[in-house]
Amino acid sequence: MAEARQAAGGAHPSVGTYLRVAAVLVILTVLEVGVFYVPAFHPVLVPALVVLSAAKFSLVVLFYMHLKTDSRFFAFLFGAPLLLAAAVLVALLFLFFGALTLRGAAGTGMA
Amino acid sequence: MTHAAVHAQPAAPPAPRGWTSWLTTTDHKRIGLLYFWTAFAFFLVGGVEALLIRLQLAQPNGHVVSAETYNQLFTMHGTTMVFLALMPLSASFFNYIVPLQIGARDVAFPRLNAFSYWVFLLGGLFLNASWLVGPLFHAGRWNVAPDAGWFGYANLTERQFSPGPNIDFWVLGLQILGISSLAAGFNFIVTILNLRAPGLKMMRLPTFSWMTLVTQFLIITAFPVITVGLVFLMFDRFFGTHFYLPQAGGTPILWQHLFWLFGHPEVYILILPAMGIVSEVLPTFARKPLFGYVVVVYSGILIGFMGWGVWSHHMFSVGLGPVADSVFGATTMLIAVPTGVKIFNWIATLWGGDIRPTAALHFAVGFIAMFIIGGLSGVSHASPPADLQQTDTYYVVAHIHYVLFGGTIQGLFAGIYYWWPKMTGRLLDERLGKWHFWLQFVGLNLAFFPMHFIGLLGMPRRIYTYAPELGVSTLNLVSTVGAFLIAAALLVFLVNVARTRRSGARAPNDPWGGATLEWSIPSPPPVYNFSVIPTVESRMPRWRTEHHAPMADPPAVPPAPIHVPAGSRWPLVAALGLPILALAPLTHTLWLAFAGAAVLLFGIYRWAFEPFEV
Amino acid sequence: MTHASVTHTSMGLDSRKMAFWAFIGSECLLFGSLISTYLVYKGKSVVGPYPHDILNIPFTSVSTFDLLMSSLMMVLALAAVQRGDMRWAKVWLFMTALLGMFFLGGQVYEFTSFVHEGLTLQRNLFGATFFVLTGTHGAHVTVGVLWLLTLWVRALQGKLGPANAMTVEITGLYWHFVDVVWIVIFTVVYLIQ
Repeated sequence: MAEARQAAGGAHPSVGTYLRVAAVLVILTVLEVGVFYVPAFHPVLVPALVVLSAAKFSLVVLFYMHLKTDSRFFAFLFGAPLLLAAAVLVALLFLFFGALTLRGAAGTGMA
Repeated sequence: MTHAAVHAQPAAPPAPRGWTSWLTTTDHKRIGLLYFWTAFAFFLVGGVEALLIRLQLAQPNGHVVSAETYNQLFTMHGTTMVFLALMPLSASFFNYIVPLQIGARDVAFPRLNAFSYWVFLLGGLFLNASWLVGPLFHAGRWNVAPDAGWFGYANLTERQFSPGPNIDFWVLGLQILGISSLAAGFNFIVTILNLRAPGLKMMRLPTFSWMTLVTQFLIITAFPVITVGLVFLMFDRFFGTHFYLPQAGGTPILWQHLFWLFGHPEVYILILPAMGIVSEVLPTFARKPLFGYVVVVYSGILIGFMGWGVWSHHMFSVGLGPVADSVFGATTMLIAVPTGVKIFNWIATLWGGDIRPTAALHFAVGFIAMFIIGGLSGVSHASPPADLQQTDTYYVVAHIHYVLFGGTIQGLFAGIYYWWPKMTGRLLDERLGKWHFWLQFVGLNLAFFPMHFIGLLGMPRRIYTYAPELGVSTLNLVSTVGAFLIAAALLVFLVNVARTRRSGARAPNDPWGGATLEWSIPSPPPVYNFSVIPTVESRMPRWRTEHHAPMADPPAVPPAPIHVPAGSRWPLVAALGLPILALAPLTHTLWLAFAGAAVLLFGIYRWAFEPFEV
Repeated sequence: MTHASVTHTSMGLDSRKMAFWAFIGSECLLFGSLISTYLVYKGKSVVGPYPHDILNIPFTSVSTFDLLMSSLMMVLALAAVQRGDMRWAKVWLFMTALLGMFFLGGQVYEFTSFVHEGLTLQRNLFGATFFVLTGTHGAHVTVGVLWLLTLWVRALQGKLGPANAMTVEITGLYWHFVDVVWIVIFTVVYLIQ
């Protein structure tokens, strides 16, 4: 049964997978720093960095924290608050900078 | 496990002896009782604060207390009632009743449970110490209690405008209390999800346990936000940062956002457990299942989620702009829907039922009626233009007290009268209970209904006196009379408690004919709760339904010895580290921080390595 | 310490692991609030030093790499404990803690050099939000290092083995979460200026 597998931790990724993930994490970090330093990337700096760091985040969470192989309920316990935090962050950005402010509503704020 | 063949009757686990056993208890039932008595004591403290407020406001230009003391009174009344009375009273039922309802022997982490209680007690004492320790701070008065409102708006709370220790007590006290609530949150989430009896599927869970679960999720997501807000305030006050100060580019509005991001989920934390209680009490005394159980459960979950989307309705007068105001106005009106749905379900539960008008039922029905009124004023707040007239006036105070007193407190009393026999083994006197109800019901309406008018006639909140020309003198006097009537009602309750303590009728397992598992065991339950963990086959295991015969109650004697943990002193030790740690900034004494951290760490290490079998 | 073994729980999940994931969810809100504040106050400082004046990307990249590698060490430690190889478990546990201590050393160095260059908690909003955010993260790393060293000492005492794999796994969850928060901080604070 799934419980026994979980108790034994046997469903976890192999050491080889862990090493491959580590290699990808290093590459992604190098890419991040590269995007920062290479001027050609600056127009897409923010989206590129967000994507790269999200990839690193996902790899650590899915493989090192075993969310990929563990019960989906753990993913809910983590994912729902994470989504909530992200939504609050976006709402606060709108409230302080964007369309929700008087400035924004008047059309002179940031796009 | 030894078998019954060897022992004719297995020895019951030895009952804990002496008062010191209370210090080391990890039994959820004892912890529930500790929460109850402590919370009720703080409830009375908060009530005295309210009476003093009402005495001061009974007449225009009152001089019962000074303006400064008045500020401390309303601040501490709010803070005490929210954090030291209502939440812990709910927690006393989470502790005592939830494990029984789910057929468990205890919560998932009994020592963490004890830790939560001790931290609550110590935090409450820390906060209230501020009433007496003025001389230690060279204050020239006894009372240096927090005085900037229970919501502590910056920048009034900054060192510049609140130079004394008052707000330090508030910030540090709340941080301590937050830890208590968070720890309990994790504990109950795991308990409810993971420790249910066989067959107890989630959609068979009693509504009180369901609402408790939703409440715990709200706690673990909302409390971190206020923790951060308080950390910023602490840094502003102690370390010279400018998180909320405009001169450095900051804004006090950030505090409001952080506070209300917590504060709005907090009000659902305050109301959902009481709604859960009402959802249990009504079916029992109407002898009818809860109407639309599934809808009641899902609306509770929906309220939990949607409660995160409305916070800025507390900030309509701050200048967020028309778009923000509209968005939050809309979300606030929407949340009335799942809330309103429950009301219909409750009414439908009573409709056509075989009503037994017990005291508990009186309070549950009272909850519905008063919560409707509070909900109506709430919906009127949802409109930003209307709210601009209402905010910061007594109209809001009316709303708050209809939902929290008319709602939560009545709901909690419904739970108290309902579960008292289970928790104490004695029945409360029903006649006195009804006197309590009616005195309190009249009192609360006298106290709070006039506040709708007082507010709309222009009396702001948080003012220590008012001029006779405002024309609210008579209404204020009526409100004060109501407050004292509430006090009389509570005295009736206390008399009831005192009288029945020794000579009240002994409670059988099931005095009410309840449907859920807690009624299948003795009152009070044996230390191990269930001699045999039951298997649950329906939502109302103890009732005969169309498809199920009533369950057989567990046998009076366990067929095999049941291991019961012996308790532990380390939760209390670890808890002691926190107020010591808090004293460091309060008294500007660095070594206390190290001492507090050392005690906390020592307690945690001993706890971690102690052999403790659940 | 025994706990409700997975076969006796309603969801078939280890209670401690469930509690810990709930805790991690809660921490998302904690760090989310700190990061939100950082972002909301970005560019609002009235006086410098400003991020571009003072943040050292090469240095911090090394710190980031250090923490990522420590996550690898952690997961190797768990694998070793699960297969009963306590010799390597001790090595990897210690290495994880060591890399954590290097990270902390780097933070201390960074903080003190920032103060030298005029960025203090009190100086401006950047100082306040930066130090509180990264300081909170650093405090979490410190707790993690203490936790890891405790496990390492237990292993040295022969008191850690495959039966405690869940404890090590939970330690790992904490450690990886702290790493993941750093991933976000590195991007939001250092790279997106």
